[in-house]
Formats: sequence, structure tokens, C-alpha cells
Amino acid sequence: MKKLVIALAATAALLGGFSSGAQAQEKKKVCFVYVGSRTDGGWTQANELGRQQLVKALGDKIEAPFLENVPEGPDAERAIERMARSGCSLIFTTSFGFMDATMKVAAKFPDVKFEHATGFKSAANVATYNSRFYEGRYISGQIAAKMSKKGVAGYIASFPIPEVVMGINAFEQGAKSVNPNFKMKVVWANTWFDPGKEADAAKALIDQGVDILTQHTDTTAPMQVAAERGIFAFGQASDMIAAGPKTQLTAIEDTWGAYFIKRTKALLDGSWKSEQSWDGLKDGILTMAPYTNMPDDVKAMAEATEAKIKSGELHPFTGPINKQDGTPWLKAGEKADDGTLLGMNFYIEGVDDKLPQ
Amino acid sequence: MRIELEKRGRVSTLFSIVSPLLALVLTLVFGALMFWMLGKAPLGALYSFFVEPLLDVWSIHELAVKAGPLILIAVGLSICYRSNNWNIGAEGQFTIGAITGSILPVLYPAWHSPVILPLMLLLGIAGGALYAGIPALLKARFNTNEILTSLMLVYVAQLFLDWLVRGPWKDPQGHNFPQTTSFQPEAVLPPLLDSGRAHWGFVFAIIAAVALWFMMRFMLKGFEVSVLGQSERAGRFAGFSARRMIWFSLLVSGGLAGLAGISEVSGSIGHLQPSISPGYGFTAIIVAFLGRLNPLGIIASGLVLALTYLGGEAAQLSIGISDKASRVFQGLLLFFVLSCDTLIHYRIRLVLGSANSPAAKSAVSPSNQTAEVTR
Repeated sequence: MKKLVIALAATAALLGGFSSGAQAQEKKKVCFVYVGSRTDGGWTQANELGRQQLVKALGDKIEAPFLENVPEGPDAERAIERMARSGCSLIFTTSFGFMDATMKVAAKFPDVKFEHATGFKSAANVATYNSRFYEGRYISGQIAAKMSKKGVAGYIASFPIPEVVMGINAFEQGAKSVNPNFKMKVVWANTWFDPGKEADAAKALIDQGVDILTQHTDTTAPMQVAAERGIFAFGQASDMIAAGPKTQLTAIEDTWGAYFIKRTKALLDGSWKSEQSWDGLKDGILTMAPYTNMPDDVKAMAEATEAKIKSGELHPFTGPINKQDGTPWLKAGEKADDGTLLGMNFYIEGVDDKLPQ
Repeated sequence: MRIELEKRGRVSTLFSIVSPLLALVLTLVFGALMFWMLGKAPLGALYSFFVEPLLDVWSIHELAVKAGPLILIAVGLSICYRSNNWNIGAEGQFTIGAITGSILPVLYPAWHSPVILPLMLLLGIAGGALYAGIPALLKARFNTNEILTSLMLVYVAQLFLDWLVRGPWKDPQGHNFPQTTSFQPEAVLPPLLDSGRAHWGFVFAIIAAVALWFMMRFMLKGFEVSVLGQSERAGRFAGFSARRMIWFSLLVSGGLAGLAGISEVSGSIGHLQPSISPGYGFTAIIVAFLGRLNPLGIIASGLVLALTYLGGEAAQLSIGISDKASRVFQGLLLFFVLSCDTLIHYRIRLVLGSANSPAAKSAVSPSNQTAEVTR
């Protein structure tokens, strides 16, 4: 009998681990759903760093649990519903592919607030947020044009959605502001995250004669290939300098923390409203990694462009800009409006690729 | 020196029954050890893995949603594997079934008729079966290796789906994002109950499992499957045709994978998109073997595997166990189940000395036999 009591006591002690969750209930829960691994070195890692900033800033008022490697589709709906049921007050669903799952769960839980990254559907309790990545890509394009000897860059693209097409055009636009004849080759990897495919794409582009590489996919594989072949490259989503200390010129870092903190504060003081947010360099949601491996004059140019974009003096898509086939898109001095950018499905002049439609 | 697996003369009935339980106990012990080393309360972790997902009604629905396609695909595969036809391409048949099943709602979104759903299911079955018919034809006619052909057709199917949803079937109102329009309500597989998401796909899975179990147990066709799987020559003497069996097993498994595909798209997703499966067609291979290629065993193994997915999520959220740790735990379970099962049939023997043992020589001969198979 005594033994049984001891065993029960030990069991209770072991079970203690999860009863502590109940005591912390006064803290609000701000939850995160990740599509990849939080150490992917790219997109999800950038989100995870943002989450950690949030915990640092507001950790005394909130908890911030997360789920990683959640596949898009029915699994995502279950994962998000589990979060809504487990007492999350605000849920960040950090991938475009979670859009419909987010909308379905949001309809079932009107009291829970949702923030969906890069989507186009919203509701009273679903806000969307995105970052003006193209501002960073414009700067990368300028650097590329200065650093490339051949005047051709390679672009490893994921999927032909407006977001990615916009990035390709912004890069080309930046490059052309330095070298009007700058050309770009594009390879569609059809993945966000696949080191093997991304490395193959990088090798194919280098074999076609590009001497600068940039990517809109999430792993450091292209950076490593560029390092092996001795050409320069740009990092994506996270600072990838560790993968190419002598290779990375700069990286477009997603610094979501600023946005996560802003929205969580709004949740805490009751001012949270559904919005469609599209912040850029000036808001701190996007940061350029240190400009490295380049001469001082190129660095100075990049810094000057960054300052001009932040101050609003420069909009990367300012006319005159022609479409790929030479027909005019923007007149001299005309700036692209956000609606056109968010639905962008055409290339501008100078991109050497046929857009998959 | 090397280690050999030697077939036991007699298989213990007692241990065939005890083995899954033994595997479970070993998993619990080693899992608890792992969680303890990670600094988590071991019992709390096991609780959120195996118990927490079963406490809520919605969560049990989710279990059925996750297990449904796994079971449906795996029972079809069990017929293939029992008959010595190695269909590795269920993922592709699943995808094609989803596509052919979606033809009606995508092309005729304004067709509101109750016949649309049954037609979709039939088209899904037909699509999956026809797609599995390609490796069947290649094997029956040209003696091609079906492992390679069925596997490679997976990528063809996935790229075809990718092309469709970015090209001709793209939702015109979808901001250029890659997905089709949402299916009309008549084209959505209804939920079983109002309390959650579980839909008729799970019922199809159970019906298929019971039907195939009945066939294997009580019908001549089932006997034919087993005999041809164990010895093609013996099957020939009995008048069975290995070539017809290639067709039968691949069409059945392809059709069921296709049904799983259209059920998943119609019941759980509601439209087509570039990725419709987190690898169900491949995971189902594990489920099939975990269920010892027995359709009823597969129901159990499908539910268990689905439970570990849900449990992994619950453990991530409630006690912060990482996704990697929960996958290791899943791996532990599979490892122990399969090794316990193996050790029922085989014993481990240490062989001292050179490799020129009679066992090594005799291992060469079966491949010579397969070469002389007539067509």
C-alpha cells in the first residue's frame, strides 16, 4: 500500500509539468503557426526571431507558443483550430498557404484575432500583413549592377505569384538605374524550401554565365553554391552571411518583430482592429543586412538609396518603365499604385525569361 | 564477423499477439527517457501524445480526417504488396484521383445537382486506377520494374496538378494565386456529424478495409493474391495468372488512392491547390506494413499513426516539445513495432568467419529464378 502511495505521488509529480499551464492563464497567449522549421535559415527562422523579440519585449504580459512544420491544407486548419481552442487570443499564421484555413477557423472563433501573412482575404477578426520586400530588392539590384562584370544576374524564384514577380521586377529596375542594359535570367524552382532543387537552380544559372545570384527561396543552398563557384550573392529573409562570409553582399532580412510587437500591444490595450498592413524599410519590418564584400563607393550608393526609400523620396517603381514586350507601363514620373503591385503578373523590360502563366 | 537474420522454424502465436503491446511498452519507456533528457515531465509528455487528442470531440474528428486517407490508400497497397507488386506511387494516384474527381466542380461550377458528388467519386476512382494502370501495363507487357515507374509517375502527377492550378484551372478571381475556385456546396463531401470536420472519406476507408479483409479471408481472389505473392510458380500450377494479378492489384490500389484523393479534396480542402497531400501516399506504405498488410490491422495502424501526428502537435503546444522531438518519438514507435514483428519471424545469429557460408550462396538463386519468368 505504501508503495502504491509513493508511486501515485511520483506520478503526480511527473504530471506536474502540464498543470502549470493553467496558472499562467492570466497571461494572454499570442500564438504562431510556421510552415517550415524554425531553424530553416530563411523565412520561418525570420518569423521565429520576430517571435523571440516579441517575448523579450512583452514576455511579462504574454506567452507565445508556436507550431512548426505545419503543412498547408487540412493539417493547417487543425493546427490553427487547436491553437484557437487552447486559449490563444491572437494567432499569427505566417504563410500565404494558410489563408483559407485561417478564414475557416476565424469564422468559427469570432472572439479570437488572426493575423495572416501576405494573403488577400480578411474579416472582422482577420488582419493581413505584408512587407515591401521589393524596396530591398531594388537596392540589391543596384548593388548587383555595380558588382557584376558581365551585366547578367541570376534569380532563383519560387512560384510565379505577384509577390515574386514584383521582386524580380524591382531587382531589374534597381539594376537598370545603374546599368540600363542589365539583364536577368530566372529559374523557377517551384518550391519555397528545397536545398537540392535550389542548389541545382543556382548551378544551372551560373553555367549560363550569370555572375551574381539572388533568390526568392528560403534555404542557404544557393548562397553555398555561389561561394563554391566564387561569385557574389544576396541573402533572403534571414542574414545568410554564415553560409557565404566572402559571398553575401547584403540580405533582405524580414524583421517581423516590429510588427508582432505593435499588434500585440494593440491587442493588450484593446485597440486591435482588422487591417491590411503593408509596411516597408521605414517601419523596421524589413532590414538590410550589413553591406559587405563590396567597395566603399558601392556601399555608399546602397546606403544613400536605402535612406531615400525610407524618407519616401524614392519609389522603386517610378516611370518611365516599359513592360517586357516594350509597351509602356508607367509614364515618366508616375509611381506604381499598390493595387497593381499586389496583382503584378507581367515582367518589365530587361528580364530574360518567359513568365509562367 | 557479421549478423544474420535466420528464419525461425515456428512462429510463436503468443508473441504474434503480444508483440505490438511489447513494442508500445518499449516506445513508452524510451520515449519517456527521451522526454526526461529533454527536461520535460515524461508522463505529461506521454499524456499529451496519446491521451490529450482523444479527450475532445473535435479532436476525434480530426483523427478521422487524418487517418481516413492513410487507411484508404494503405488497404489498397496491402493487396499489391501481398501479391508481390510494389506500387510505390500511391501519392501520384491520389493526386490524379483528386484531379479527375475535380473536373466537374471546376469546369461546371454552376451545376447544382445531387448527382455531381457520386460522379466525382467515380471519376476519382477511375482516374487513380487508370494512372496505376500505366505501371501495370508497363510491367505486364514489358516486365518493367513497377517500383521505379510508379514512383516516377508521382512527380509527373504533382507537376500536372501544379500546372493545372497555375494555368487552365486557376481561379479567375484569385489574384493570380495558384488555386481553383471553391467547389459548389453540392460538390463537397458532407461531414458525418455536425460536431466536427470528419467526413464520409473515413467511412469509405472502413468499408474498403472490411471488404478487402473479407476478400482476402474468404474469397478465391484473396487466395490467389497470397499464392501468387508467395510463389509465382505455385500460382501458375493452380491456374492463376501473375499478369492478371498485376492488373488487378494495381487497379484496386490505384482506384482506392484516387478515391482518397477526391475525398480529401472534396471533404477537407474544398478546392484544388498545388499541394493537396502531406505525403499520404508515402506514409500509407508505413501504415500498410505497420498493419502487417492485413486490412483490419491497417485500420488500427492508420489510427495510431494519425494519433501520433495529432499528439505531436498537442505536445508542441501544451508542453513545448519541439516538432523534431515528436518526430523522433514517432520514429521510435515505428522502429519498435517493426523490429518486434521481425524478431517473431527471425532470430538474430552472429556468424563468425568468412562470408562463404551456404546461406550467402543460396541468397543469390532467387534472382536467377525471376529472370526466367515467362510472359
